Amino acid sequence: MKHLSRIYLILIFGILYIPILTLILFSFNAENSTAVFSGFSFRWYIELFNSPDTFEALRNTLILAVLSALISTVIGTAAAEGIYRMRSKLMKSAISSVTNIPMMNPDIVTGMSMMLFFVAVFGILGLSGDSMGFVTMLIAHVTFCLPYVILSVLPRINELGNSLSEAALDLGCTPIQAFFKVKLPNIMPGVISGMVMAFTMSLDDFVISYFVVGSSSFQTLPLLIYSMTKKKVTPDMYALSTLVVVTIFILLVISNLKSGKRVGDKRKGGVKK
Amino acid sequence: MAKLIELNGISKSFDGEKVLDSINFYIRDGEFVTLLGPSGCGKTTLLRIIGGFETADEGNLYFDGVEISDVPAHKRNINTVFQKYALFPHLNVYENIAFPLRLKKISEEDIQTRVRDMLGMVKLSGFENKSVSTLSGGQQQRVAIARALISHPKVLLLDEPLGALDLKLRKDMQNELKSIQQKIGITFVYVTHDQEEALSMSDTIAVMAEGEIQQIGTPTDIYNEPKNAFVADFIGESNIVDGIMLEDNRVKFSGHIFDCVDGGFGENEAVDVVVRPEDVDVVAPEAGMLTGKVTSVTFKGVHYEIIVDIRGFKWMIQSTDYVSPEATIGIYIEPDAIHIMKKSKYSGMFGDYSSFSDEMDRLSDADAAEEF
Repeated sequence: MKHLSRIYLILIFGILYIPILTLILFSFNAENSTAVFSGFSFRWYIELFNSPDTFEALRNTLILAVLSALISTVIGTAAAEGIYRMRSKLMKSAISSVTNIPMMNPDIVTGMSMMLFFVAVFGILGLSGDSMGFVTMLIAHVTFCLPYVILSVLPRINELGNSLSEAALDLGCTPIQAFFKVKLPNIMPGVISGMVMAFTMSLDDFVISYFVVGSSSFQTLPLLIYSMTKKKVTPDMYALSTLVVVTIFILLVISNLKSGKRVGDKRKGGVKK
Repeated sequence: MAKLIELNGISKSFDGEKVLDSINFYIRDGEFVTLLGPSGCGKTTLLRIIGGFETADEGNLYFDGVEISDVPAHKRNINTVFQKYALFPHLNVYENIAFPLRLKKISEEDIQTRVRDMLGMVKLSGFENKSVSTLSGGQQQRVAIARALISHPKVLLLDEPLGALDLKLRKDMQNELKSIQQKIGITFVYVTHDQEEALSMSDTIAVMAEGEIQQIGTPTDIYNEPKNAFVADFIGESNIVDGIMLEDNRVKFSGHIFDCVDGGFGENEAVDVVVRPEDVDVVAPEAGMLTGKVTSVTFKGVHYEIIVDIRGFKWMIQSTDYVSPEATIGIYIEPDAIHIMKKSKYSGMFGDYSSFSDEMDRLSDADAAEEF
């Protein structure tokens, strides 16, 4: 039994991580081969850093992800507060369900419907598909990020309840001051995690971006990599993917260390009591 | 003392259910007023209307002679100590108390002296930099009071502030609250379901039930001269029996004619007669005005609680002398221990101890506690 569970564990981790390790390994391959490892080199990393297309795409991806995360966080937090304040329970649950639809929908459906919408709007405005691109992608990304922000902020607001806001009003805050000085700091963890979720969703979205980019030359990393697979994936993409994996790994370690520390602090507080 | 707050025909319904029914009531400047009643009687709603967190469906609210029914909470010179304190967890003790001052753009030095003075008054000096989540219930309570008082409101509203504290701490805080109120001399409006708390702290008590004020008066008035069976039963223990007022100062109940000190009723008018358990003297059967059989005796520390069956009505008597269960005893009641009330819709609902037991007492306490 003990052996079995160990084998099971190894199997699971193997399936999860061997592909990634292979990718990292081949990013250091000296030759342009996806099958034979012929020696260690940084050749593909150098090539990657010398390719202006890749950097352009990376820059676009980051700008898009940061902007859509910020915008969807602002709109999503406001929406969550609005939903919380709704008096009618029916209306409340109806609106919460509706905001979840973009999240449940397959990306391909969201992507196609957005494309149709933008084509129609651009047609009415008499603009060509070339002017699609950054703006349409930003709108699309904000749209599909919104539910994640709401999903992460709304439970916080519900949990916090009304008492702190009422106390703030009681002590002389205007309703706006009460929100920014008291409510927002206390729901901040939810807001931040919503923003991080929105950022990562935007970062790795391919399907919806593919549909709404139109005929413009605006490229993001997922789009660029996909367009390369049509020809032949070169190992510099392995190098890029390796960098992404390493970045995510470092971020995860940092966030785990931080939350571990926070739990420790709480324990200390508990002892004092 | 001038009227500071005046409520004129205040009514409020939630989902079609009337919570407050045309409340008329005023609060004088500098008074300690308690809204007392069982849970669900509308006392907290009334407090929230005064604080500006609810709007009355009907009626007017005046503050210092000015109508404030439509003034939002943050523009009222009234602060609140909430049931669960509602301290701001993202701020430390100092910043919590300084919060109202920072909104008013007061200089940092002034804030510092005022917060330190306030911390001294609530006996929390040295706690400035503590996080509020590490404080005990009693300490959080003090922070909440300090925060509510720092901007010198004219009225402090307190919504069952001691509900979450244990008995010993509650007694200490009662004294402390009373002395704070006397020291700063502002009006306190206090909501509680604990009659003992109300009696020991208040200048004026308003007893509420079913969205209506049953009686307003000083603690001694309310205790000695309850207006109806509800008030008599809710404040302290009472034996409430049906009686007939033969003429002024003469009442008949339980088959005996008693001298009393009340008058002004019609001839042979049916009335409710209240006798407090501590006002009944146990005497020998032949010397008693009434006689009955003891059905239970409970030792309560200060006294024995004796339930006596007198002509089918169970009386409660508190006596320091022991009597044995099953014994037949006589009782004697002084004329001024008999209080006569007009019949009301609460007549016959309270004041008989036939279904009384300690267990029931505890059950109803638990019910009350759950609501908070």
